[in-house]
Amino acid sequence: MPSAFKKALDSGKFIITCEAAPGKGTNLEKMKHHIELLKDKVDGMNVTDHQSSVMRFPSLGGAILVKEMGGEPILQMTCRDRNRMALQADLLFASSRGVNNVLCLTGDSVMLGDHKEAKAVFDLDSSQLVAAVRTLEKGRDMAGNELDGGVRFCAGAIVTPEANPIEPQLIKFEKKLEAGAEFIQTQAVYDMDNFKKFMEYARQFPVKILAGIILLTSAPMARFMNKNVAGVTVPQNLIDEMASAPKGGALNKGIEIAGRMIRQIKEENICDGVHVMAIGKEEKVVDIMAAAGLP
Amino acid sequence: MIRSITRQKPAEEIERLLDGMGRIFIIGCGTCVTLTRTGGLPEVEAMKKSLSEKGKVVTGTTVVPVACDNLTGEILGEVENQIKQADALLIMTCAYGVQTIARQMKKMVIPALDTLFIGKETGAGEFNEVCSQCGTCIIGETGGICPVTACHKGLVNGPCGGTNNGKCEIDNTKDCAWTAIYNRLKELGRLDAMRKYQKPRNHLGEPSPGKFAIPAE
Repeated sequence: MPSAFKKALDSGKFIITCEAAPGKGTNLEKMKHHIELLKDKVDGMNVTDHQSSVMRFPSLGGAILVKEMGGEPILQMTCRDRNRMALQADLLFASSRGVNNVLCLTGDSVMLGDHKEAKAVFDLDSSQLVAAVRTLEKGRDMAGNELDGGVRFCAGAIVTPEANPIEPQLIKFEKKLEAGAEFIQTQAVYDMDNFKKFMEYARQFPVKILAGIILLTSAPMARFMNKNVAGVTVPQNLIDEMASAPKGGALNKGIEIAGRMIRQIKEENICDGVHVMAIGKEEKVVDIMAAAGLP
Repeated sequence: MIRSITRQKPAEEIERLLDGMGRIFIIGCGTCVTLTRTGGLPEVEAMKKSLSEKGKVVTGTTVVPVACDNLTGEILGEVENQIKQADALLIMTCAYGVQTIARQMKKMVIPALDTLFIGKETGAGEFNEVCSQCGTCIIGETGGICPVTACHKGLVNGPCGGTNNGKCEIDNTKDCAWTAIYNRLKELGRLDAMRKYQKPRNHLGEPSPGKFAIPAE
Protein backbone atom coordinates (compact mmCIF):
# COMPACT_ATOMS: atom_id res chain seq x y z
CA MET A 1 0.00 0.00 0.00
CA PRO A 2 1.38 3.45 -0.80
CA SER A 3 2.32 5.62 2.18
CA ALA A 4 0.06 8.48 3.28
CA PHE A 5 2.69 10.91 2.01
CA LYS A 6 2.76 9.19 -1.39
CA LYS A 7 -1.03 9.43 -1.55
CA ALA A 8 -0.84 13.12 -0.73
CA LEU A 9 1.77 13.63 -3.47
CA ASP A 10 -0.43 11.84 -5.99
CA SER A 11 -3.56 13.74 -4.92
CA GLY A 12 -2.37 16.94 -6.56
CA LYS A 13 -2.89 18.99 -3.39
CA PHE A 14 -0.34 21.62 -2.30
CA ILE A 15 2.12 19.64 -0.16
CA ILE A 16 3.65 20.87 3.08
CA THR A 17 6.50 19.07 4.76
CA CYS A 18 8.56 20.19 7.71
CA GLU A 19 11.34 18.85 9.87
CA ALA A 20 11.57 17.05 13.17
CA ALA A 21 15.15 17.24 14.31
CA PRO A 22 16.38 14.71 16.86
CA GLY A 23 18.53 16.24 19.58
CA LYS A 24 21.79 15.16 21.14
CA GLY A 25 20.82 12.69 23.82
CA THR A 26 17.82 10.63 24.81
CA ASN A 27 15.60 13.48 25.96
CA LEU A 28 13.03 13.56 23.17
CA GLU A 29 10.63 16.04 24.78
CA LYS A 30 11.36 18.94 22.43
CA MET A 31 11.02 16.73 19.38
CA LYS A 32 7.82 15.19 20.74
CA HIS A 33 6.42 18.68 21.31
CA HIS A 34 7.15 19.61 17.68
CA ILE A 35 5.65 16.36 16.38
CA GLU A 36 2.51 16.87 18.47
CA LEU A 37 2.19 20.45 17.25
CA LEU A 38 2.69 19.70 13.54
CA LYS A 39 1.76 16.09 12.74
CA ASP A 40 -1.80 16.90 11.70
CA LYS A 41 -0.91 20.11 9.88
CA VAL A 42 1.66 18.77 7.43
CA ASP A 43 1.83 15.95 4.89
CA GLY A 44 5.15 14.64 6.11
CA MET A 45 7.86 15.30 8.67
CA ASN A 46 11.48 14.87 7.62
CA VAL A 47 13.56 13.39 10.38
CA THR A 48 17.10 14.66 9.93
CA ASP A 49 20.13 12.37 9.91
CA HIS A 50 22.94 13.78 12.08
CA GLN A 51 22.20 17.19 10.58
CA SER A 52 25.30 19.18 9.66
CA SER A 53 27.35 16.09 10.57
CA VAL A 54 26.66 16.62 14.26
CA MET A 55 26.09 13.30 16.08
CA ARG A 56 22.56 13.06 17.48
CA PHE A 57 19.70 10.66 18.23
CA PRO A 58 19.29 8.64 15.01
CA SER A 59 16.92 9.61 12.23
CA LEU A 60 15.44 6.12 12.15
CA GLY A 61 14.62 6.30 15.86
CA GLY A 62 13.08 9.72 15.31
CA ALA A 63 11.08 8.50 12.33
CA ILE A 64 9.67 5.61 14.37
CA LEU A 65 8.73 8.12 17.06
CA VAL A 66 6.86 10.26 14.50
CA LYS A 67 5.04 7.11 13.33
CA GLU A 68 4.17 6.05 16.88
CA MET A 69 2.75 9.51 17.56
CA GLY A 70 0.51 9.30 14.53
CA GLY A 71 2.56 11.45 12.16
CA GLU A 72 3.90 10.68 8.70
CA PRO A 73 7.70 10.38 8.82
CA ILE A 74 10.08 10.98 5.94
CA LEU A 75 13.29 9.23 6.90
CA GLN A 76 16.37 11.20 5.89
CA MET A 77 19.28 8.92 5.07
CA THR A 78 22.74 10.17 4.23
CA CYS A 79 25.53 8.11 2.71
CA ARG A 80 28.08 9.65 5.06
CA ASP A 81 27.98 7.21 7.96
CA ARG A 82 26.89 3.82 6.60
CA ASN A 83 28.09 1.53 3.85
CA ARG A 84 25.68 -0.22 1.48
CA MET A 85 25.14 -3.10 3.91
CA ALA A 86 24.14 -0.84 6.80
CA LEU A 87 21.96 1.37 4.58
CA GLN A 88 20.04 -1.61 3.21
CA ALA A 89 19.65 -3.06 6.71
CA ASP A 90 18.25 0.22 8.00
CA LEU A 91 15.83 0.37 5.07
CA LEU A 92 14.59 -3.11 6.00
CA PHE A 93 14.24 -2.03 9.63
CA ALA A 94 12.42 1.18 8.64
CA SER A 95 10.00 -0.74 6.47
CA SER A 96 9.31 -3.27 9.23
CA ARG A 97 8.30 -0.40 11.53
CA GLY A 98 5.99 1.35 9.08
CA VAL A 99 8.45 4.05 8.02
CA ASN A 100 7.80 4.10 4.28
CA ASN A 101 9.13 7.41 3.00
CA VAL A 102 12.83 8.01 2.53
CA LEU A 103 14.85 11.02 1.43
CA CYS A 104 18.20 9.97 -0.02
CA LEU A 105 21.07 12.37 0.58
CA THR A 106 24.81 12.40 0.07
CA GLY A 107 25.42 14.00 3.46
CA ASP A 108 27.64 16.85 4.57
CA SER A 109 31.34 16.30 5.06
CA VAL A 110 32.27 14.85 8.44
CA MET A 111 34.69 17.77 8.70
CA LEU A 112 31.81 20.24 9.02
CA GLY A 113 30.44 18.58 12.15
CA ASP A 114 31.44 17.75 15.71
CA HIS A 115 33.28 14.47 15.09
CA LYS A 116 35.79 15.84 12.61
CA GLU A 117 38.24 12.95 12.95
CA ALA A 118 35.63 10.27 12.17
CA LYS A 119 35.95 8.10 9.06
CA ALA A 120 33.54 9.21 6.37
CA VAL A 121 31.94 6.40 4.37
CA PHE A 122 30.26 7.55 1.11
CA ASP A 123 30.22 3.97 -0.17
CA LEU A 124 27.12 4.97 -2.15
CA ASP A 125 26.03 8.37 -3.44
CA SER A 126 22.52 9.77 -3.29
CA SER A 127 21.46 8.54 -6.73
CA GLN A 128 22.80 5.07 -5.97
CA LEU A 129 20.87 5.06 -2.68
CA VAL A 130 17.65 5.84 -4.56
CA ALA A 131 18.47 2.95 -6.92
CA ALA A 132 19.14 0.69 -3.91
CA VAL A 133 15.66 1.46 -2.55
CA ARG A 134 14.16 0.46 -5.89
CA THR A 135 16.25 -2.72 -5.96
CA LEU A 136 15.04 -3.77 -2.49
CA GLU A 137 11.47 -3.17 -3.62
CA LYS A 138 11.99 -5.78 -6.31
CA GLY A 139 12.65 -8.31 -3.58
CA ARG A 140 16.41 -8.49 -3.90
CA ASP A 141 19.35 -6.85 -2.17
CA MET A 142 22.13 -5.01 -3.99
CA ALA A 143 24.13 -8.22 -4.29
CA GLY A 144 21.20 -9.87 -6.04
CA ASN A 145 20.19 -12.12 -3.17
CA GLU A 146 16.51 -12.74 -2.51
CA LEU A 147 14.82 -11.00 0.43
CA ASP A 148 12.49 -12.86 2.75
CA GLY A 149 9.87 -10.14 3.12
CA GLY A 150 10.00 -7.05 0.94
CA VAL A 151 9.82 -3.29 1.31
CA ARG A 152 7.92 -0.44 -0.27
CA PHE A 153 9.03 3.16 -0.09
CA CYS A 154 8.19 6.55 -1.46
CA ALA A 155 11.72 7.68 -2.29
CA GLY A 156 12.92 11.22 -2.77
CA ALA A 157 16.08 13.23 -3.17
CA ILE A 158 17.22 16.84 -3.20
CA VAL A 159 18.46 19.43 -5.65
CA THR A 160 20.17 22.79 -5.27
CA PRO A 161 18.48 25.13 -7.78
CA GLU A 162 20.95 27.94 -7.05
CA ALA A 163 24.14 25.93 -7.45
CA ASN A 164 26.82 27.54 -9.54
CA PRO A 165 27.51 26.18 -12.10
CA ILE A 166 23.99 24.79 -12.38
CA GLU A 167 24.35 22.27 -15.20
CA PRO A 168 26.34 19.61 -13.25
CA GLN A 169 23.65 19.86 -10.55
CA LEU A 170 20.90 19.31 -13.13
CA ILE A 171 22.71 16.29 -14.59
CA LYS A 172 22.80 14.77 -11.10
CA PHE A 173 19.14 15.71 -10.59
CA GLU A 174 18.20 13.80 -13.73
CA LYS A 175 20.23 10.80 -12.58
CA LYS A 176 18.26 10.80 -9.31
CA LEU A 177 15.01 10.79 -11.26
CA GLU A 178 16.23 8.02 -13.55
CA ALA A 179 17.19 6.03 -10.44
CA GLY A 180 13.57 6.35 -9.31
CA ALA A 181 13.12 9.46 -7.14
CA GLU A 182 9.42 10.31 -6.86
CA PHE A 183 9.78 13.62 -5.07
CA ILE A 184 12.40 16.30 -4.70
CA GLN A 185 12.86 18.68 -1.80
CA THR A 186 15.04 21.59 -2.83
CA GLN A 187 17.79 23.41 -0.98
CA ALA A 188 16.54 26.76 0.32
CA VAL A 189 15.28 29.10 -2.38
CA TYR A 190 14.81 32.83 -1.82
CA ASP A 191 14.97 34.27 -5.31
CA MET A 192 11.61 33.35 -6.81
CA ASP A 193 12.49 34.50 -10.34
CA ASN A 194 15.50 32.20 -10.32
CA PHE A 195 13.43 29.37 -8.87
CA LYS A 196 10.78 29.83 -11.56
CA LYS A 197 13.48 29.37 -14.18
CA PHE A 198 14.52 26.14 -12.49
CA MET A 199 10.89 24.99 -12.43
CA GLU A 200 10.46 25.70 -16.15
CA TYR A 201 13.19 23.13 -16.65
CA ALA A 202 12.03 20.71 -13.92
CA ARG A 203 8.40 20.64 -15.10
CA GLN A 204 9.39 18.44 -18.03
CA PHE A 205 9.96 15.55 -15.60
CA PRO A 206 7.21 13.56 -13.86
CA VAL A 207 8.38 14.33 -10.32
CA LYS A 208 6.88 16.30 -7.47
CA ILE A 209 8.98 19.28 -6.42
CA LEU A 210 8.78 20.83 -2.97
CA ALA A 211 10.54 24.18 -2.63
CA GLY A 212 12.87 24.49 0.35
CA ILE A 213 11.96 27.34 2.67
CA ILE A 214 14.43 28.13 5.44
CA LEU A 215 13.12 30.51 8.07
CA LEU A 216 15.29 33.62 8.32
CA THR A 217 15.72 34.55 11.97
CA SER A 218 17.86 37.71 11.66
CA ALA A 219 19.84 39.74 9.14
CA PRO A 220 23.17 38.38 10.45
CA MET A 221 21.82 34.82 10.07
CA ALA A 222 20.92 35.59 6.44
CA ARG A 223 24.41 36.98 5.82
CA PHE A 224 25.93 33.95 7.55
CA MET A 225 24.05 31.62 5.21
CA ASN A 226 25.21 33.55 2.17
CA LYS A 227 28.79 33.26 3.33
CA ASN A 228 28.81 29.72 4.72
CA VAL A 229 26.04 27.58 3.24
CA ALA A 230 26.83 26.26 -0.23
CA GLY A 231 24.06 26.74 -2.77
CA VAL A 232 22.04 29.19 -0.68
CA THR A 233 21.70 32.83 -1.74
CA VAL A 234 19.65 35.30 0.24
CA PRO A 235 19.12 38.35 -2.00
CA GLN A 236 20.16 41.74 -0.60
CA ASN A 237 16.57 43.06 -0.59
CA LEU A 238 15.54 40.28 1.84
CA ILE A 239 18.56 40.96 4.06
CA ASP A 240 17.58 44.65 4.06
CA GLU A 241 14.01 43.72 4.91
CA MET A 242 15.20 41.57 7.83
CA ALA A 243 17.44 44.42 9.00
CA SER A 244 14.51 46.85 8.84
CA ALA A 245 12.56 44.87 11.45
CA PRO A 246 12.08 46.67 14.78
CA LYS A 247 14.20 45.52 17.71
CA GLY A 248 13.08 42.05 18.78
CA GLY A 249 10.93 41.73 15.66
CA ALA A 250 13.36 39.98 13.32
CA LEU A 251 11.90 36.52 13.85
CA ASN A 252 8.40 37.77 13.07
CA LYS A 253 9.78 39.42 9.95
CA GLY A 254 11.33 36.10 8.95
CA ILE A 255 8.00 34.34 9.48
CA GLU A 256 6.29 37.00 7.36
CA ILE A 257 8.84 36.54 4.53
CA ALA A 258 8.57 32.72 4.63
CA GLY A 259 4.76 32.96 4.64
CA ARG A 260 4.86 35.39 1.71
CA MET A 261 7.09 33.09 -0.36
CA ILE A 262 4.89 30.06 0.33
CA ARG A 263 1.77 32.05 -0.58
CA GLN A 264 3.37 33.12 -3.87
CA ILE A 265 4.47 29.57 -4.71
CA LYS A 266 0.97 28.27 -4.06
CA GLU A 267 -0.95 31.07 -5.76
CA GLU A 268 1.26 31.09 -8.85
CA ASN A 269 1.42 27.29 -8.86
CA ILE A 270 5.20 27.47 -9.17
CA CYS A 271 5.77 23.96 -7.84
CA ASP A 272 3.96 21.16 -6.00
CA GLY A 273 4.50 22.25 -2.43
CA VAL A 274 7.04 23.42 0.12
CA HIS A 275 9.46 21.90 2.57
CA VAL A 276 9.74 24.24 5.53
CA MET A 277 12.98 24.16 7.51
CA ALA A 278 12.72 26.19 10.68
CA ILE A 279 16.00 24.78 12.04
CA GLY A 280 15.46 24.53 15.80
CA LYS A 281 12.33 26.71 15.75
CA GLU A 282 9.92 24.08 14.44
CA GLU A 283 7.11 25.45 16.60
CA LYS A 284 7.17 28.52 14.32
CA VAL A 285 6.09 26.40 11.35
CA VAL A 286 2.52 26.86 12.58
CA ASP A 287 2.95 30.66 12.39
CA ILE A 288 4.61 30.41 8.97
CA MET A 289 1.67 28.41 7.67
CA ALA A 290 -0.75 30.96 9.09
CA ALA A 291 1.25 33.77 7.46
CA ALA A 292 1.01 31.85 4.17
CA GLY A 293 -2.77 31.61 4.55
CA LEU A 294 -2.63 27.83 4.88
CA PRO A 295 -5.04 25.96 7.17
CA MET B 1 56.76 13.73 -11.58
CA ILE B 2 55.02 12.37 -8.50
CA ARG B 3 56.27 12.98 -4.98
CA SER B 4 55.50 11.69 -1.56
CA ILE B 5 54.00 14.67 0.24
CA THR B 6 54.74 15.07 3.92
CA ARG B 7 54.19 17.43 6.83
CA GLN B 8 56.24 17.65 10.00
CA LYS B 9 54.48 16.31 13.07
CA PRO B 10 53.76 18.83 15.84
CA ALA B 11 56.78 19.36 18.14
CA GLU B 12 54.79 18.05 21.13
CA GLU B 13 54.08 14.78 19.36
CA ILE B 14 57.73 14.30 18.41
CA GLU B 15 58.66 15.07 22.00
CA ARG B 16 56.19 12.48 23.27
CA LEU B 17 57.42 9.85 20.82
CA LEU B 18 61.01 10.47 21.96
CA ASP B 19 60.13 10.40 25.64
CA GLY B 20 62.65 8.36 27.62
CA MET B 21 65.10 8.29 24.74
CA GLY B 22 68.10 10.51 25.33
CA ARG B 23 70.30 9.70 22.34
CA ILE B 24 68.91 10.28 18.88
CA PHE B 25 70.23 9.82 15.34
CA ILE B 26 68.43 11.90 12.70
CA ILE B 27 67.93 10.80 9.08
CA GLY B 28 66.68 12.99 6.22
CA CYS B 29 66.22 12.22 2.53
CA GLY B 30 67.51 13.94 -0.58
CA THR B 31 64.44 13.35 -2.73
CA CYS B 32 60.79 14.27 -2.07
CA VAL B 33 61.22 15.73 1.42
CA THR B 34 64.14 17.87 0.25
CA LEU B 35 61.94 19.27 -2.50
CA THR B 36 59.01 19.90 -0.14
CA ARG B 37 61.38 21.26 2.55
CA THR B 38 60.17 18.85 5.21
CA GLY B 39 63.20 16.56 5.59
CA GLY B 40 66.17 17.90 3.62
CA LEU B 41 69.47 19.12 5.04
CA PRO B 42 68.16 22.45 6.46
CA GLU B 43 65.26 20.71 8.22
CA VAL B 44 67.54 17.99 9.61
CA GLU B 45 69.89 20.69 10.94
CA ALA B 46 66.98 22.59 12.50
CA MET B 47 65.72 19.38 14.14
CA LYS B 48 69.20 18.69 15.52
CA LYS B 49 69.30 22.17 17.04
CA SER B 50 65.81 21.86 18.46
CA LEU B 51 66.45 18.44 20.05
CA SER B 52 69.78 19.59 21.48
CA GLU B 53 68.04 22.54 23.11
CA LYS B 54 65.60 20.10 24.69
CA GLY B 55 68.49 18.20 26.24
CA LYS B 56 68.73 15.31 23.79
CA VAL B 57 72.10 14.04 22.62
CA VAL B 58 72.14 13.90 18.84
CA THR B 59 74.64 11.15 18.04
CA GLY B 60 74.71 12.15 14.39
CA THR B 61 72.70 13.15 11.32
CA THR B 62 72.66 12.18 7.69
CA VAL B 63 70.64 12.88 4.57
CA VAL B 64 70.46 9.73 2.42
CA PRO B 65 69.90 10.18 -1.33
CA VAL B 66 66.69 8.13 -1.67
CA ALA B 67 65.42 6.75 1.63
CA CYS B 68 62.93 4.33 0.06
CA ASP B 69 65.67 2.68 -2.04
CA ASN B 70 66.90 -0.71 -0.86
CA LEU B 71 70.48 0.64 -0.97
CA THR B 72 69.70 2.92 1.99
CA GLY B 73 70.81 0.20 4.43
CA GLU B 74 74.28 0.09 2.88
CA ILE B 75 74.55 3.87 2.88
CA LEU B 76 73.62 3.99 6.56
CA GLY B 77 76.39 1.44 7.19
CA GLU B 78 78.81 4.34 6.79
CA VAL B 79 77.45 5.92 9.97
CA GLU B 80 76.96 2.63 11.77
CA ASN B 81 78.79 3.68 14.95
CA GLN B 82 76.75 6.84 15.43
CA ILE B 83 73.56 4.85 14.86
CA LYS B 84 74.64 2.19 17.35
CA GLN B 85 75.05 4.87 20.02
CA ALA B 86 71.48 6.09 19.55
CA ASP B 87 68.38 4.92 21.42
CA ALA B 88 66.23 5.65 18.37
CA LEU B 89 66.31 6.87 14.79
CA LEU B 90 64.27 10.02 14.20
CA ILE B 91 63.44 9.81 10.53
CA MET B 92 62.52 12.88 8.52
CA THR B 93 61.39 11.04 5.39
CA CYS B 94 58.04 9.85 4.16
CA ALA B 95 56.65 6.61 5.58
CA TYR B 96 58.12 4.66 2.65
CA GLY B 97 61.56 5.73 3.79
CA VAL B 98 60.81 5.09 7.46
CA GLN B 99 59.65 1.56 6.68
CA THR B 100 62.63 0.85 4.44
CA ILE B 101 65.00 1.91 7.21
CA ALA B 102 63.03 0.04 9.88
CA ARG B 103 63.39 -3.17 7.85
CA GLN B 104 67.13 -2.73 7.37
CA MET B 105 68.36 -1.37 10.72
CA LYS B 106 67.71 -3.10 14.01
CA LYS B 107 66.62 0.08 15.75
CA MET B 108 63.45 1.71 16.96
CA VAL B 109 62.29 4.18 14.27
CA ILE B 110 60.36 7.35 15.05
CA PRO B 111 58.75 9.20 12.11
CA ALA B 112 59.12 12.96 12.40
CA LEU B 113 56.75 13.51 9.47
CA ASP B 114 53.22 12.51 8.55
CA THR B 115 52.87 11.21 5.01
CA LEU B 116 49.86 12.92 3.43
CA PHE B 117 49.51 11.65 -0.11
CA ILE B 118 51.31 10.84 -3.34
CA GLY B 119 51.24 14.23 -5.04
CA LYS B 120 51.38 15.17 -8.68
CA GLU B 121 53.29 18.38 -9.29
CA THR B 122 50.64 20.50 -11.00
CA GLY B 123 52.41 23.84 -10.90
CA ALA B 124 55.64 25.36 -9.62
CA GLY B 125 55.85 24.19 -6.02
CA GLU B 126 52.26 22.92 -6.04
CA PHE B 127 51.23 19.30 -5.55
CA ASN B 128 47.79 17.75 -5.76
CA GLU B 129 46.42 14.33 -4.95
CA VAL B 130 45.01 13.09 -8.23
CA CYS B 131 45.00 9.30 -7.79
CA SER B 132 44.35 7.17 -4.73
CA GLN B 133 45.39 3.90 -6.40
CA CYS B 134 41.99 2.29 -5.82
CA GLY B 135 42.42 -0.53 -8.29
CA THR B 136 39.24 0.12 -10.28
CA CYS B 137 40.02 3.06 -12.53
CA ILE B 138 36.99 4.96 -13.88
CA ILE B 139 38.65 8.01 -15.41
CA GLY B 140 37.87 6.81 -18.93
CA GLU B 141 34.38 8.25 -18.40
CA THR B 142 35.27 11.40 -16.48
CA GLY B 143 37.57 13.19 -18.89
CA GLY B 144 40.68 11.84 -17.16
CA ILE B 145 39.93 13.46 -13.80
CA CYS B 146 39.50 11.05 -10.89
CA PRO B 147 36.43 11.87 -8.76
CA VAL B 148 37.24 9.05 -6.35
CA THR B 149 40.30 11.08 -5.35
CA ALA B 150 39.58 14.67 -6.36
CA CYS B 151 36.06 14.75 -4.85
CA HIS B 152 36.25 14.94 -1.05
CA LYS B 153 33.43 12.38 -0.84
CA GLY B 154 34.62 10.25 -3.74
CA LEU B 155 31.28 10.66 -5.53
CA VAL B 156 31.02 9.08 -8.97
CA ASN B 157 27.68 10.41 -10.25
CA GLY B 158 28.12 14.16 -10.05
CA PRO B 159 28.51 16.90 -7.47
CA CYS B 160 26.96 16.99 -4.01
CA GLY B 161 25.01 19.97 -2.71
CA GLY B 162 28.16 21.36 -1.14
CA THR B 163 29.67 22.43 -4.45
CA ASN B 164 30.26 26.13 -4.15
CA ASN B 165 31.19 28.25 -7.17
CA GLY B 166 33.57 25.59 -8.38
CA LYS B 167 35.05 24.97 -4.94
CA CYS B 168 34.52 22.28 -2.29
CA GLU B 169 32.38 22.68 0.82
CA ILE B 170 35.31 21.77 3.06
CA ASP B 171 37.82 24.28 1.77
CA ASN B 172 37.39 27.13 -0.70
CA THR B 173 40.95 26.65 -1.90
CA LYS B 174 40.13 23.13 -3.10
CA ASP B 175 38.46 22.72 -6.48
CA CYS B 176 35.14 20.89 -6.83
CA ALA B 177 36.13 17.78 -8.81
CA TRP B 178 32.74 17.64 -10.51
CA THR B 179 32.95 21.23 -11.73
CA ALA B 180 36.34 20.35 -13.20
CA ILE B 181 35.01 17.14 -14.78
CA TYR B 182 32.01 19.04 -16.16
CA ASN B 183 34.23 21.72 -17.68
CA ARG B 184 36.58 19.14 -19.20
CA LEU B 185 33.79 17.02 -20.69
CA LYS B 186 31.98 20.09 -21.97
CA GLU B 187 35.14 21.25 -23.69
CA LEU B 188 35.46 17.81 -25.28
CA GLY B 189 31.80 17.78 -26.31
CA ARG B 190 31.28 14.65 -24.21
CA LEU B 191 28.83 15.65 -21.46
CA ASP B 192 26.98 12.44 -22.34
CA ALA B 193 29.67 10.61 -20.34
CA MET B 194 28.66 12.56 -17.24
CA ARG B 195 25.01 11.69 -17.79
CA LYS B 196 25.76 7.99 -17.60
CA TYR B 197 24.70 6.47 -14.28
CA GLN B 198 27.68 4.95 -12.50
CA LYS B 199 26.98 1.85 -10.46
CA PRO B 200 28.18 1.69 -6.84
CA ARG B 201 31.94 1.40 -6.81
CA ASN B 202 33.77 -1.89 -6.60
CA HIS B 203 35.95 -1.56 -3.51
CA LEU B 204 37.60 -4.89 -4.17
CA GLY B 205 40.13 -3.64 -6.72
CA GLU B 206 43.06 -4.94 -4.73
CA PRO B 207 42.21 -6.02 -1.20
CA SER B 208 44.44 -4.19 1.25
CA PRO B 209 47.36 -4.74 1.69
CA GLY B 210 48.25 -4.57 -1.98
CA LYS B 211 50.75 -7.11 -3.26
CA PHE B 212 52.31 -7.60 -6.67
CA ALA B 213 55.02 -9.83 -8.05
CA ILE B 214 56.45 -9.58 -11.55
CA PRO B 215 55.31 -12.75 -13.32
CA ALA B 216 58.04 -15.29 -13.95
CA GLU B 217 59.15 -15.47 -17.62
